[in-house]
Amino acid sequence: MSAAQDSGRIRRRFEALKEEGRGGLVTFVTAGDPDYETSREIVLGLPAAGADVIELGMPFSDPMADGPVVQAASQRALRAGMKLAKCLELVREFRAHDDDTPIVLMGYYNPIYNYGVDRFLADALAAGVDGLIVVDLPPEEDEELCLPSLKAGMNFIRLATPTTDDVRLPVVLSNTSGFVYYVSVMGITGTKSATEDAVRAAVERLRRHTDLPIGVGFGIKTPDAARAVAAVADAAVVGSAIVDRIVAGLDADGAPAPGLAGKVHDYVRELAAEVRSREESV
Amino acid sequence: MTDQINTYRAGPDERGHFGIFGGRFVAETLMPLILEVEKAWDAARDDPSFEEELQYYFKHYVGRPSPLYFAKRLTEHFGGAKIYFKRDELNHTGAHKINICIGQILLARRMGKTRIIAESWAGLLGVATATVCALLDLPCTIYLGSKDIERQAPNVFRMKLLGAEVKPVASGSNSLKDAMNEALRDWVANVENTFYIIGTVAGPHPYPAMVRDFQSVIGREAREQMIAAEGRIPDSLVACIGGGSNAMGLFHPFLDDPEVKIWGVEAAGLGLDTDKHAASLTGGRPGVLHGNRTYLLQDDDGQILEAHSISAGLDYPGIGPEHAWLFESGRVEYVSATDQEALEAFQLCSRLEGIIPALEPSHALAHVARIAGDLPQDHLLCMNMCGRGDKDIFTVAEALGVGL
Ligand SMILES: Cc1ncc(COP(=O)(O)O)c(C=O)c1O
Repeated sequence: MSAAQDSGRIRRRFEALKEEGRGGLVTFVTAGDPDYETSREIVLGLPAAGADVIELGMPFSDPMADGPVVQAASQRALRAGMKLAKCLELVREFRAHDDDTPIVLMGYYNPIYNYGVDRFLADALAAGVDGLIVVDLPPEEDEELCLPSLKAGMNFIRLATPTTDDVRLPVVLSNTSGFVYYVSVMGITGTKSATEDAVRAAVERLRRHTDLPIGVGFGIKTPDAARAVAAVADAAVVGSAIVDRIVAGLDADGAPAPGLAGKVHDYVRELAAEVRSREESV
Repeated sequence: MTDQINTYRAGPDERGHFGIFGGRFVAETLMPLILEVEKAWDAARDDPSFEEELQYYFKHYVGRPSPLYFAKRLTEHFGGAKIYFKRDELNHTGAHKINICIGQILLARRMGKTRIIAESWAGLLGVATATVCALLDLPCTIYLGSKDIERQAPNVFRMKLLGAEVKPVASGSNSLKDAMNEALRDWVANVENTFYIIGTVAGPHPYPAMVRDFQSVIGREAREQMIAAEGRIPDSLVACIGGGSNAMGLFHPFLDDPEVKIWGVEAAGLGLDTDKHAASLTGGRPGVLHGNRTYLLQDDDGQILEAHSISAGLDYPGIGPEHAWLFESGRVEYVSATDQEALEAFQLCSRLEGIIPALEPSHALAHVARIAGDLPQDHLLCMNMCGRGDKDIFTVAEALGVGL
């Protein structure tokens, strides 16, 4: 397969982290949550608050792999009029300010399929998207979006899970690019948490199979946990805990209260400080 | 009909595709288990002892074969085709759903799974699942959209009597599709010991084919029974479609008999020109949801829409992938019936045949009412009477303005 050159942002960012000798912080928020303007303010401020990679959720009506917190984020964004095209618009606005921080879109296949795969890839690349994570596209469906993505120069980041055994792992890794996203728990986002030992063992297992950077997520709920994970993996992905800060910043009517974005950034700063402290916990 | 295709019964391919439809669009956490289900199903299918066990329960517990009944008074009423009902409403628990519950739970047991989950679908799947779980002593959890808790109150109570845990789902639109999402979330979190029962011919491969194969007992029996009664196979088949399992069960054994005309009837709710219907083929377009590519009700952005039908069992924004393929290939003709038409058929059947049908097959009967009079009197029409209406009397009473 002839693959186009990708943007290189993900590779450069992980190389830089390696040089700094620390794991990275990947932050997840849903694009357009709670509305476009607030979301824009949140996303644009993430790098300064310490996010090394930005994962942006593309809202979907039926997010089967997400827990209540991220489901509600999707619903808020959709109610406020979020569309896939507007997610790309948000990335475009971000790129006008920041040409280095990688952006990965995460979501479900139907909105992309509906938009048209080729058109989506062209528009997403033009907007400055560096990678995709699509939950309901396992390797068995690589022809849908994974192979077209790689061909177009878009990283396709695959999820590996505790149920992905050693026989299956090479299949999962075969067309993965950018980094590998290890889902550290069996379950949906924002519910269970994995023990440090389990994460360490899983990362070691993955490293036996791949040289790609490894991000670990699902169930990292505190700055402490983020530090512990970033100490053994190449990055810790934090989602629901950040989205919780968005929820905390909504007023009684569900509208964003003044200062919401700033409070989200404060929390990301806390996470980043811990991740950068690099200590393994006891 | 064209005969460019040698057979309509060969699908799906080894990756679960019926043409472009079907597939395995699930999270990686589930994928290993989906492959395991496929392997177990392939092995069970070829194992005579599995078939024997299945037949044992079909005969002694479900009460199969269900009769093929000549609906004489309705036939006279319409004055055309000879109308036969395939009476799966006489099955234990009152619908065709029990066929797949027995099948899937026996498979789950073979796989060593110790816990069953399902969405309730019209309540009848939940009841059938809870029933078979009681029989085979397996704990089960049934998910049900909070919107459906009320209109399925009697079924919710039945499930609880049978020992099931019933979990109301208040997320998304609180409806069937959201209950299905929630069941999938449970499955992702408990893959190791849990088997997910899908109540219709949808979901990731191998479910659509597996559910179809379990339900095909309906069509195989109907074929033999019609030959016994009339000396030949039927001229036409009619069945209602929620996800499409009772329809696939009746249709599949006849797909390669080109002389058999086949109609699937979707729910048109308040009308196809409103946004309150459940007709995914006539009113939707291809998309990906719940593990398969199929026709879906969705908005311009690919967000899934809520379906509407007076019948809880047809109130689903998708349809099984094999139907999507049969639709595009033209082998089956898909039509729809409104809430109102179904209500009329419901009452007509009750009065003329002494059979209170479920609201789901009332949609099929509404189409029969449309076509029967124009068909010749030697035309043999077989309709799937896939459920009985006891569960629906409250809904119907309300629609007719009767206080109970
Ligand atoms: C009596 C009855 N008919 C039809 C259906 C719709 O399902 P399907 O289209 O899969 O047969 C249901 C679903 O619960 C049902 O209970």
